[in-house]
Amino acid sequence: MTAPVLSVQGLSVETRDGVRLVDDLSFDLAPGEILGLVGESGSGKTVACRALMRLLPEPALRIAGGRVALLGQDLVPLPEARMRDVRGGQIGMIFQNPTAHLDPVMRIGDQIAEAVRLHENTTRSDARARAVEALRQVGIPDPEARAGSYAHEFSGGMRQRAMIAVALACNPKVLIADEPTTALDVTVQAQILRLLMDLRDRQGVSIILITHDLGVVAQTCDSIAVLYAGRLCERGPKRDVLGAPSHHYTAGLIRCQPTSAGGEGLLDTIPGQPPSMGAMPGGCRFHPRCAAATVACKGDQPDQAARGPGHVAACHNPLTSARRKVGA
Amino acid sequence: MHRYRFVLFRPLQFLPVLFGISVITFVLVRLIPGDPARMLLGTRATASALERIRAQYGLDEPIWVQYLYFLKNLSAGEMGRSIVFKTDVLKLIATRIEPTLVLVAGSVLLAILIAVPMATIASRQRGRMPDQAVRVVSTLGLGTPPFWLALMLMIVFSVKLDLFPVSGYGRTLSEKAAHMVLPCLTIALSLSAVLTRSLRASLIAQITSDQATAARARGLSEGAVFWRHVMPNAIVPTLNLLAVNIGWLIGGTVIVESVFAIPGMGQLLIRGIFSRDYMVVQGVAMCFAVATVLVNFLADILTVAADPRVKL
Amino acid sequence: MSVAAARPLLLRPFPGRATLFTGLVLVGLMVLAALLAPWLAPYDPVLQDGDARLVAPNAVHLLGTDNFGRDVLSRVIWAARVDLQIAFLGVVFPFVIGTIIGTVAGYFGGVVDAVLMRIIDVVLAFPYLVLIIAIIAILGPGLKSFYISLALVGWVSYARLIRSQILILKSADFVLAARSLGYSHSRIMFRHLLPNALVNSIVFAMSDMVLVLLGGASISFLGLGVQPPTAEWGIMVAEGQGFITQAWWMTTFPGIAILILSFGFSLIADGLGEKLGVRE
Repeated sequence: MTAPVLSVQGLSVETRDGVRLVDDLSFDLAPGEILGLVGESGSGKTVACRALMRLLPEPALRIAGGRVALLGQDLVPLPEARMRDVRGGQIGMIFQNPTAHLDPVMRIGDQIAEAVRLHENTTRSDARARAVEALRQVGIPDPEARAGSYAHEFSGGMRQRAMIAVALACNPKVLIADEPTTALDVTVQAQILRLLMDLRDRQGVSIILITHDLGVVAQTCDSIAVLYAGRLCERGPKRDVLGAPSHHYTAGLIRCQPTSAGGEGLLDTIPGQPPSMGAMPGGCRFHPRCAAATVACKGDQPDQAARGPGHVAACHNPLTSARRKVGA
Repeated sequence: MHRYRFVLFRPLQFLPVLFGISVITFVLVRLIPGDPARMLLGTRATASALERIRAQYGLDEPIWVQYLYFLKNLSAGEMGRSIVFKTDVLKLIATRIEPTLVLVAGSVLLAILIAVPMATIASRQRGRMPDQAVRVVSTLGLGTPPFWLALMLMIVFSVKLDLFPVSGYGRTLSEKAAHMVLPCLTIALSLSAVLTRSLRASLIAQITSDQATAARARGLSEGAVFWRHVMPNAIVPTLNLLAVNIGWLIGGTVIVESVFAIPGMGQLLIRGIFSRDYMVVQGVAMCFAVATVLVNFLADILTVAADPRVKL
Repeated sequence: MSVAAARPLLLRPFPGRATLFTGLVLVGLMVLAALLAPWLAPYDPVLQDGDARLVAPNAVHLLGTDNFGRDVLSRVIWAARVDLQIAFLGVVFPFVIGTIIGTVAGYFGGVVDAVLMRIIDVVLAFPYLVLIIAIIAILGPGLKSFYISLALVGWVSYARLIRSQILILKSADFVLAARSLGYSHSRIMFRHLLPNALVNSIVFAMSDMVLVLLGGASISFLGLGVQPPTAEWGIMVAEGQGFITQAWWMTTFPGIAILILSFGFSLIADGLGEKLGVRE
């Protein structure tokens, strides 16, 4: 087993009032692995990833504990100046809404070149050439000309590609993609996901793909981590987690997916609502909505327990269902 | 380049506006009660003397004929003669325009020099003491009456500390500079209050914006994010606000010129209104109005230049 | 203000509430002082005392006396009535007129709108104060002329504001829904669009009170507004101008009063704006 490129151990993020938005999160990311980070809104997936980049809005939120080891080096205690080298240089991030996340008054090429010049000692013309190359890599036609365009002159899908170009310009080892396709058309979605997988194949970048859509995960990811109310429910290789989920929340999510095989009747739902920040249930946070909750579930938080090779789940009463067909 | 197309077409829109300005000025001025001839000659003027003066200035013609004369003269670059000063209005304006221009330019420059640092400090320290202080000071500045501020500054700096001359304009360059410090400061303090509030709000919006977050995610330091991504985006709405406020600014010069006894266009206008000097009031009011229109046009050009998303 | 400093986060609701509260308190105190003037003011504001001319602030005359021996404090308190009236009436008329005109223009668009925009452009081309002075010169000095001139000139800002809001809301979904229910134009305009569009205007009106107050004081300062011996802050500053070296208190205190009232209005405008989520 090669050493993981990113190793997160026990990461916790707290608000000023001590409420934990992310509680004891642990996972590893292998080189070239695409990890799907799944959860509903409010599950803490975005906050966790901001924490990885130390981009939390302080003093509202802060890292309350844990280790984030990038190639063995813990990022949590790193001085800010060193962290800036890591951002963009070692870990890149792309966001859901490319329009909002690109500078509207700066040309795309200049934004890419700015990042390149920041992390590597290159000349202006070299940086510009790199910018054009980056645009080419993400499949933007006529990159020379397009480098001089502004964000609003691109179509939605192209804009997302441009943002990916900006993030990958310095060849980071890890790319965090925060719901990159949620705001896009279905056809464009597929293109962007394809692009991400291509980039992984070509450049070996590891990707953390944040999404609430299991369909996206099934298409692109190698492994999945499921978050609920700030805690990790289940983690493991995609086929294992989707095929034989151990946690009831995971199973519920899978059940809620409309199958492409059609069908009649109403869609399944998971009854209830995710808990609000200040009113976390005691014990397992999912137990109020879980059909299989036992007395133990109300009492203690379940620990991560191994369910198979590389597959863990935190559940007092895990499922042991046989392998199911993985939905499209 | 097609974004700048409006530069060609906008002047066409000027025409009706300028026309409207000329009509309004003309009408308003002639509505002012009082007979300019009598004002000039005094209460004991004879009827024939009044007749002569009226004929000389064309005041006995019907109003629309006067308007046509007015337009004809305007197209020839003439603005008539001042009844009070007995010189061409144009010449009069030419002598008075310098102090007003210096006042406006100096105030705007000073206001920017005050507003940018204040807004920068406030936005980068938002929520903390410096920000609260800037907010309070700029809100106070909004509500400070310019005429009172002028007098206060005069008391402190001219009378008590004797640093600057009390009033007037002076002759040499250095004299003029000394005379203009307090007047420019008066207007600049009020204007900077408005600019600071707007710029601070824009800066804060930009600092917390998604694109700034993305820039930080690329590894840029706070300083680089601020100067390269936050400020360029934030400055645009404030520039617009500045242009919009030019009209208010010009009005402010009237008060300041009055308090500091500066021989500028504002003073000329006020005297003209009170002495029913039609031609002068017309000429000066038109100059002000045209200047406002031009400044707004310039602001639009600057906006298009600064923000590539804007299409006018 | 200290509450806001203790919780220095932009997201907290306190800044908005503290601002609004402080503003309301300041303005409220002024209104109270104005209403209670007959009981609050130690002297008659027009009473001249030849023996006590240009007296510096002391125990007998807390803010000193002017060149006629009139007590400055009493005049400042009585003047509050005039200035509050100026601020209020000077906003109400333009608000109503401008809102109606702007609503019609924005809703119907087309020629009506185009003509209106041109008129607005022309009015806005003139420096605000200059136009007001000119109109007052025509009508003769006095507060009534001031209100008329404001009504003629000030409606423009309100018209523009409400028009832009209406334009935005016109294509909003709920208007489409109303049309599909067969509602008439005027019903849609006044019962549905206007309340939503008015929010911006109301916040603007509060900051406009500052402008109007300053304008009214400026006009009176120039001798075109309130006439002596009425006490008004602007005219008091003007009266003090001639005695600036001997009696600084004549100009200073009325100006401070204007400052405080304006500050109060601004705080209300800011606080309201934050509460109602208004954008510039």
